[in-house]
Amino acid sequence: MDLYAVLSQILVGLSRTVILFIVSSGLSLILGVLRIPNVAHGSLYMIGAYAAYTISKYFGGQDTGFWVALFGAPLFVAFLSFIVERSVFQFLYEREHLMLVLLTFGFSLIFGDLVKLVWGGEYKTVPVPRIFQGYILLFEHLHLPIYNAFLIIIGPVVALLLWLFVNKTKMGKISRAAAVDREMVGAVGINVSWVFGVTFVIGCFLAGLGGMLVAPTISVTLGMDHSLIMESFLIVIIGGLGNIWGALLGALIFGLTQSLGILLWPQFGIVFPYAAVVLVLVFKPKGLLKSTW
Amino acid sequence: MNEECLLEVNRVNTFYGLSHILFDVSLKVYKGEIVGLLGRNGAGKSTTMKTIMGITPPKSGEVIYKGEAITGKPPYLLFRMGIGYVPDDRRVFSDLTVEDNLEIVYRRTNQWSKHRVYELFPHLKDIRSRKAGHLSGGEQQMLTIARALMGSPELLLLDEPTEGLAPIIVKSLEDQIRKLKEAGISILLAEQNVRSALKLVDRVYVIDNGVIKFEGTKKALEENEEIKRRYLLI
Repeated sequence: MDLYAVLSQILVGLSRTVILFIVSSGLSLILGVLRIPNVAHGSLYMIGAYAAYTISKYFGGQDTGFWVALFGAPLFVAFLSFIVERSVFQFLYEREHLMLVLLTFGFSLIFGDLVKLVWGGEYKTVPVPRIFQGYILLFEHLHLPIYNAFLIIIGPVVALLLWLFVNKTKMGKISRAAAVDREMVGAVGINVSWVFGVTFVIGCFLAGLGGMLVAPTISVTLGMDHSLIMESFLIVIIGGLGNIWGALLGALIFGLTQSLGILLWPQFGIVFPYAAVVLVLVFKPKGLLKSTW
Repeated sequence: MNEECLLEVNRVNTFYGLSHILFDVSLKVYKGEIVGLLGRNGAGKSTTMKTIMGITPPKSGEVIYKGEAITGKPPYLLFRMGIGYVPDDRRVFSDLTVEDNLEIVYRRTNQWSKHRVYELFPHLKDIRSRKAGHLSGGEQQMLTIARALMGSPELLLLDEPTEGLAPIIVKSLEDQIRKLKEAGISILLAEQNVRSALKLVDRVYVIDNGVIKFEGTKKALEENEEIKRRYLLI
């Protein structure tokens, strides 16, 4: 096995990590603050990808389309989640988790059918914008697609913005307090319902952003939500429920074991991330980092 | 009495699920006074506080604040109307620093500021960048009172502030509660620690098994051996 193949797989793994991190951090934020295990999170990721297709196509399918979609698709998903949160979820926060799993699972089915209704069953592709086409040559032998390099840069940017939101803004601080004791947050004059609404929308925005960013690298298709929601939940669980850095760590473990596993044993590459999950849970059943639950 | 009535609790009945906790509880707090709500552990003191704050709304009866019925209103609106709540189990926002605990509070007016709160509790200023979860019991108690003050309350619901604290800290807390009264805040003080409470209060209610058993001035309670022996164990 040569070094370049390993390095190249690591870079592939890192770009996968970015997508997984962005989606899982949103899931973790919602799980940590609102205590909703949002099974429909994967559907929002899928809708983000389809919205990216439509927006990109509407704006000519080239560079302009991509940049408008980069902001437009997640915003569309955020808007959709805002409607769902205000009309349904906000009344159900006190319900037990099993009910919430069923409710959000119901929503994932509804969203799945709506996507089929609106976009049909064929594959869709979103073109990679011109400036991101081609490769960067690293160490003379290593070809890194520019789009992957873009993803690897976007990841830390999103992580930093999320860190700033959670730690430096009043809303973020309130959401951290509400994650631990929502009743007391209400008793110091804060309308918890709106805090939850904003947190939910931000979490769903991240699902949409993940879907948008992945769109140029894959064929956008029905069912892309299923595998991702499974992976996201596993990432959030091994990272520590509600811990955003845990989501980053979990995504790294998942992304890298996946890409390196393929190198090690091509036919069974998919097994490695799940084996890693099992290993983590055997030794750290509550996840690697501190959970807010 | 011709003073202004700030809070009136009128025959409230509160339930936890199916269990009936408060039976026709009535009490009044007039402007500028400290009213004691005394009783043993489990007598219904905390439930009365939570009922007033809207955390466990009553099934029947009403709570009137400044002449307006507030029964059934959510806690955050009551806080914005000037009712501060200091729970007995402290409940600081453990993940946030002391300063952030104060900063996220809704500011009703500028009457109380971080600066003024630190003047009352100078020690909190020294530990302002520490995480609230790492504080001692006494420090956490100061923080929960400081946090409630940030909303410039007119009425403060203090639920067992001295519980589990060392005598020397209890003493300084008593001084601080007196200062709050001097600052014009009316206080409903729930206490098991009758000796400490009697140093502070103007009037008292004694509650037992969810029923108000006694109502009167501090002096009347001190002279009533029967009530003290039966419900307060002194």
